Formats: sequence, C-alpha cells, structure tokens
Amino acid sequence: MRVRCPGVTGLVVVVIVLAAATAFGLWRRARDGRVVEARVDEPLLGPDELGAPLGERATLVQFSTAFCQPCRAARATLAHVAADTDGVVHVEIDAEHHLELVRRLDIMRTPTTLVLDGSGRIVRRATGAPRLADVRAALPA
Amino acid sequence: MPTRIDPRGPRFAAALTSVVLAAALVTGSAWLLAVQGVVFAAGALLGLPRAPYGLLYARLVRPRLGPPGELEDAAPPRFAQAVGLVFAVVGVIAFAAGLTVVAYVAVAAALAAAFLNAAFGFCLGCEIYLAYRRLFPSQPNTTEVAS
Repeated sequence: MRVRCPGVTGLVVVVIVLAAATAFGLWRRARDGRVVEARVDEPLLGPDELGAPLGERATLVQFSTAFCQPCRAARATLAHVAADTDGVVHVEIDAEHHLELVRRLDIMRTPTTLVLDGSGRIVRRATGAPRLADVRAALPA
Repeated sequence: MPTRIDPRGPRFAAALTSVVLAAALVTGSAWLLAVQGVVFAAGALLGLPRAPYGLLYARLVRPRLGPPGELEDAAPPRFAQAVGLVFAVVGVIAFAAGLTVVAYVAVAAALAAAFLNAAFGFCLGCEIYLAYRRLFPSQPNTTEVAS
C-alpha cells in the first residue's frame, strides 16, 4: 500500500499517539502508588525469601531495579515509616536477581511494595511509589 | 553513590525529542529520525547531561531556572535513551526498506514514550525493564540496585 499523502497520514498518527499517551498518563497518574487489598491466595513470605527477619507488626517489602525512577521516593517513604513505627521493618529486594520470587508474586514493574503482617502474610500491595499516609493506613493493627 | 542529575534536564530532552519525532512522522523523513537516533545514542553512551539536548538544557534553560528541588538517579533515563535508540534504528531501517507502516509504528512508539516523559515525568523505558528481565534474565550480580 502506498501512502498517498505522507504529511496528512503522519499528522493523524501524531494526533492519535498524543491523545492515547495523554489518556494513559492520566489513568496511570490516578492509580499509581495506590495501596490495595492483597488477593486471598497470596503466599506467605518468611526470612528465607526476604533475606531478612520479619517485623513483629509488619514488613514493608519493596521490589526495586537499577533502572527505576520512582524507587528512590518509595524507599524514602517506606524507610521513614519503618523508622518511626515500632515493629515495622523495610526490606528492599533487587527484583532482577530474584526473578523466581518476582514471577511467583506476579510482580510486573518496580517499585512494587508488599505489606506483610507479623506472620508473613501479604495483606496489601502497591504498584508505583506509595504515599506516606497510605502506607501508614495500610499497616496491620 | 550513583550519579545524580537535575530531573528537569531529561524532561526538557524528552520534550525536544517529542517535537523531533512528531516532525519525523509528519515529514516521513528517515534523515530526521536518524538524527534523533544519533541523539539517543549519545544519551545512552555519554549520559543525558553530555548528550546534545542535555547540553542545550545546561546552556539555555538551566541558567533561567532556580536550583532543582531534588536530584534523581542518572541511570534510569540513560537506559531509556538506549530503548529509544532501538526504536529509532528499527524506524530508519524500515523507512530505508520501504516498510512505511513498520517505520510509522516504531516512531509512534518512541513518540508515545518521549511524550509521556515530557508531560507526566513517566519513564516508559524504565517501566518495561523488569518485564524485559523476566523474559531475558541477566547474568547474576552484574548490576546492583541504585541506592
């Protein structure tokens, strides 16, 4: 198929791409970092998987990669909550070196944060850098 | 301690990249796309601050702004430049081979990524990194999480 009028075709492509990207960007911004309830069938995690002991009240497990812009903000937020809340610890896992765990937990992008209760059960999950107040509210009692 | 850069530099570069890629789509010019490909290659190899748009930012834009509120890691946007380069190379080859539709799709994908970065600060190239690694695992312990 020959493109008869490349200028018009290109312009239409540009308009469609910008509209679709804007819609996606707004959608992503609205849900990024939201802390949601975990599925009921999530596996238990323990010190063996995490490489660190569980927090007595909660463990904030952050999956990161080397090429992750929002991981730094997530790290600051989670470390802050762990530092000023008794029994809460922050564990950061390099996702690309723990691919088996990443696949088992169905983690598709970083940062992904799992909130574990004292027994290692995954109770909540956030994809994207979570907000401080949301993390505090997500801590198990 | 990884290299930290002014985050407004990559945003400015992404805005310029969007304009150049949109112009490449409208004109159907493989040459314009090739020029952007060279800019992507410079960003991936030298880092964004030493690539053409980064130098422009430092010369023309940065002096008119205040100091940045915070710095960000240099590695993610640099990785994204390499992803952009792949799309630009595919586009140039497709244009040269007469596969116009393939070329448009490649340039459109690169434009979407550049625009998302410019408008929302969202790094699509970085976001797909883990998905890519799930398909193609790296050798153990070649990279460390930037901290």
